[in-house]
Amino acid sequence: MRAYKPKGNVQAKPYYTDRYWQAPQVAKYDVESDEVFSADLEAIKAKFEVTEAFIQVEQMTVWINPSDIYGVLELMRDELEYTQLSEMSAIDFLEQRDEFEIFYQMLSMNKRKRIRVKMSIKNGQAVDSVSNLFRSADWSEREMFDMFGIEANNHPFMKRILMPYDWQGYPLLKTYPLEGDEFAAWYEVDKIYGKEARDIIGPEIRDTARIDRYDSERFARLGHEVPKGMDPDKEENKDKTQSYQEDGGVFLVKKLDKDSSVVIDDPQR
Amino acid sequence: MAQVKNRLTPFFENITFDREDNELILNFGPQHPSAHGQLRLMLHLQQEQIVKAHPDVGYLHRGMEKMAENMIYNEFMPTTDRMDYIASSSNNYGFALAVEKLVGLEVPRRAKVIRMMILEINRLMSHLFWLATTALDIGAMTVFLFAFREREYLMDIMEGYCGARLTHAAIRIGGVPLDIQDSFIAQLKTFLDKLPQNIKDYEDLLDENRIWLMRMEEVGEIPTDMALSWGCTGPMLRASGVAWDIRKEEPYELYDEVEFNVPYSDKGDNFARYRVYMEEMRETAKILYQTIDMYDECVKNNQTELMAHAPQYVSAPKLDIMTQNYSLMQHFVLVTQGMRPPVGEVYVATESPKGELGFFINSQGGAYPYRLKLRAPSFWHTGILTDLLPGHYIPDVVSIIGTTNIVFGEVDR
Repeated sequence: MRAYKPKGNVQAKPYYTDRYWQAPQVAKYDVESDEVFSADLEAIKAKFEVTEAFIQVEQMTVWINPSDIYGVLELMRDELEYTQLSEMSAIDFLEQRDEFEIFYQMLSMNKRKRIRVKMSIKNGQAVDSVSNLFRSADWSEREMFDMFGIEANNHPFMKRILMPYDWQGYPLLKTYPLEGDEFAAWYEVDKIYGKEARDIIGPEIRDTARIDRYDSERFARLGHEVPKGMDPDKEENKDKTQSYQEDGGVFLVKKLDKDSSVVIDDPQR
Repeated sequence: MAQVKNRLTPFFENITFDREDNELILNFGPQHPSAHGQLRLMLHLQQEQIVKAHPDVGYLHRGMEKMAENMIYNEFMPTTDRMDYIASSSNNYGFALAVEKLVGLEVPRRAKVIRMMILEINRLMSHLFWLATTALDIGAMTVFLFAFREREYLMDIMEGYCGARLTHAAIRIGGVPLDIQDSFIAQLKTFLDKLPQNIKDYEDLLDENRIWLMRMEEVGEIPTDMALSWGCTGPMLRASGVAWDIRKEEPYELYDEVEFNVPYSDKGDNFARYRVYMEEMRETAKILYQTIDMYDECVKNNQTELMAHAPQYVSAPKLDIMTQNYSLMQHFVLVTQGMRPPVGEVYVATESPKGELGFFINSQGGAYPYRLKLRAPSFWHTGILTDLLPGHYIPDVVSIIGTTNIVFGEVDR
């Protein structure tokens, strides 16, 4: 029987793990150490519940409840001058605690500060769309849906954006293998040739590390190909190599006079 | 109904139309030569006017974020080349800087100067490429040939440095792999001395060109609100009246030591973006002259280190690896297992030629990034077409796509 491998996270694993390895932490600082951030945090705390806040690598991270996201971003945009949503997406923690972490990367150009608003949602829970506040969220929420299957309520066009509309599965989930799943292997075969041709064509080879043992052989015969079905190793076939030249050949310089030609050896000239 | 001879009325049996509005849906791309890659635009037209635009992307999606989760940090570096392949070193740099911030590496000064040189050369390459292709889309073949000639020269310099013309992989986490070659500075100076005249040549051809002005002026106007809301950055935002340049506002490397201006315009149309690109080329040349002086100073002060000294994360110099037992062991571990950054999150934005290039890394202390989000500027510069194109006419689509300077390696990732 094959050894059981947990399916919760099928991404690449380190070959060697040290049982006693204690991973260090990126330093977290108190929000009070920065006056701009502490003022912003006070303003958010006055209206919404903040579960955790700290400064990490010069940026503040604010943890909020998922139901408050629209309000928090509206407050930040209208009152705290965070006028741009640079980026938003999700992080898959389904295996650990059946949750997604969602982050919204905010930028204030007047204050030259960046805040990361974060929240946790349960598997299957939808988020509130903020595409009314920031048009950029229109596309990033679609991308999040495309990659993780997290839907955004009140989104104007909740469809896949990078993958085809009829794709099945969510590629950035930790349960999704790098080379794609069963559906991915048959997708193009079904599209191009139809399901009935599956037996003839076979699944798409999606293993990027696959090596065909004939590859080097074929490569060595470049320029010495024989017609299909002929055995190139037989003695009588030695001079029957395939010719791709048209009859009479093409015009070629037969006698090159090297002395009168210019050799360009300096590409910069 | 009697048929008029030269005006055929379509006749459909048993079908009634809710709307008789003559709306035509035009499928622009994904193989359109002026779509700058694999952009598919579904345009709803009333006569020649666009009433609704629906950009469809994803034809070049390679799943880089997924690949990143399955690669050790150094392994991912050549993959970043394939994002914005017009200026690939800027992607290398964005990723390297994000990892350096995550683990807290201090890069030696000489490496910083070389990085700035490479970044600014890449910016020039990208802007020249932009000018060439946009001018070609509009029909200005001469500008295309001129700008590609200059870009070729820069690519030769880059080829001399790293051996590659497009996908450089010229920057490492913790520094740069090599010192610049002997001919680098002389070649760069030759190029920079010619550049002002070259830029003037382009401007002479374009600035007062009637066709160019008709296609550019008051076409594709992006108001400041719209640009901010759509997450526009870089020249797109600066042409819409916000003088925001990350090199200036949140300086990284040695950008706080060099003098340069941030060109911007409050017009927001195609012509404003064209002007911003042209002025930025001049500013970049200014920065490059200063980096040459900084490099000479490094040589004079005998600052020879090119990689950060952090045995836990960065391999020792080759000489140490070949002679010191411990350096060899450490190098072996870093190559086979990869570095393990601390647990934490980082978002680092850099000013790539196209705009704000951001790398978000969530590390759980493993050798593979737990989550890596690539924030590519072109993604939103494509999205804005949804709101920007309605009201414009078909020929404007080409010039607007041209001036947004989108590159699809970056949009689809």
